[in-house]
Amino acid sequence: MPTATYADTAVPVDDEGFFTDPGRWSEPMAEQIAEESGIEQLTDRHWTVIRFMRQQYAAKGTGPTVRVLGKTSGVSVKELYQLFPKGPAKTAAKIAGIPKPRGCI
Amino acid sequence: MADTATIEKVSIIVSKGSLEGIYPALIMANGARAEGIEADLFFTFFGLDAITKKRWEHIKLATVGNPGLHLPTLLGGLPGVPDLVTRSMERKMETLDIPPIPEFIEMISDTGAGIYACKASVDLFELDKDDLVDQVQGIITVGEFYQHAAGGQIIYT
Repeated sequence: MPTATYADTAVPVDDEGFFTDPGRWSEPMAEQIAEESGIEQLTDRHWTVIRFMRQQYAAKGTGPTVRVLGKTSGVSVKELYQLFPKGPAKTAAKIAGIPKPRGCI
Repeated sequence: MADTATIEKVSIIVSKGSLEGIYPALIMANGARAEGIEADLFFTFFGLDAITKKRWEHIKLATVGNPGLHLPTLLGGLPGVPDLVTRSMERKMETLDIPPIPEFIEMISDTGAGIYACKASVDLFELDKDDLVDQVQGIITVGEFYQHAAGGQIIYT
C-alpha cells in the first residue's frame, strides 16, 4: 500500500491519495493535503466542512454526499463548490483524512 | 489511479420527458461536477418538461411501452397506475438520497453546471423564457450548443 508523508509523518493512503486509516490524520496535515489538492489557503469555512466530514465519518463510517453536506453542514452547495472547485465531497474527504465517499449523488 | 486520461468537460443532452429518461442525465451531470468535471445540461424535445415550471414536479415513469418495468402493458395503461408506480419509485429513490427532480436541478445549478433549453423545442412547444424554471441560463440554438460543448464529451440521453 502506498504511503504519503504529511507533517513529517508517513501515513498509509490508497491509490488516489485518500487516507485508509483516518486515525492517523492530524490537523496540521490538512494544509499540506489542501495545497496538493489545489487549495492554497484553508479558511474557517473550509474548516467547517473538514470538521463536519470527520464528524460524519466517525458517526456513520462514511463521508457525506454533497447533498447531505449542503443540507446539514451549514455551507450551501454553491459555497461548497466555491471552496472546493474540484469536487467538495471528494476534496474535503481527502483533506479531512477519511476514505473517498462512494455515493453516486 | 493512473492519470493517463481524464475527462475535463461533459455536455449532456436530455431528450426524454419520463422519469427514467431524465434521472440518468441528472445523475451524470451532478456526478461530473462532484468529480471536478465541468458539466452542461441541454434539454431538448420532451426533455424540456424537466425544466418547465408547470411540469417539473409532475414527471412520470413510463408504465407502458417499458419492458424493463416488467408490468403488463394493459395494466400499465389503467388510470392511476402511472402515478402509483411513479410514487413508489420516488419513495425508493428518496431512501437512497436521490433528490426529487426540482431539487436535483436546483442543486446541479448550484454546482456551477450550465442549464440550457433547445430553441427549436421551445418554439415547437410554444414556450418562452417565463415558462421555464429560473435555473435555465439560456434558450440556445444547436450551433450555440456545439460552441458550449467545444473541447468536451457530448452525451445524448
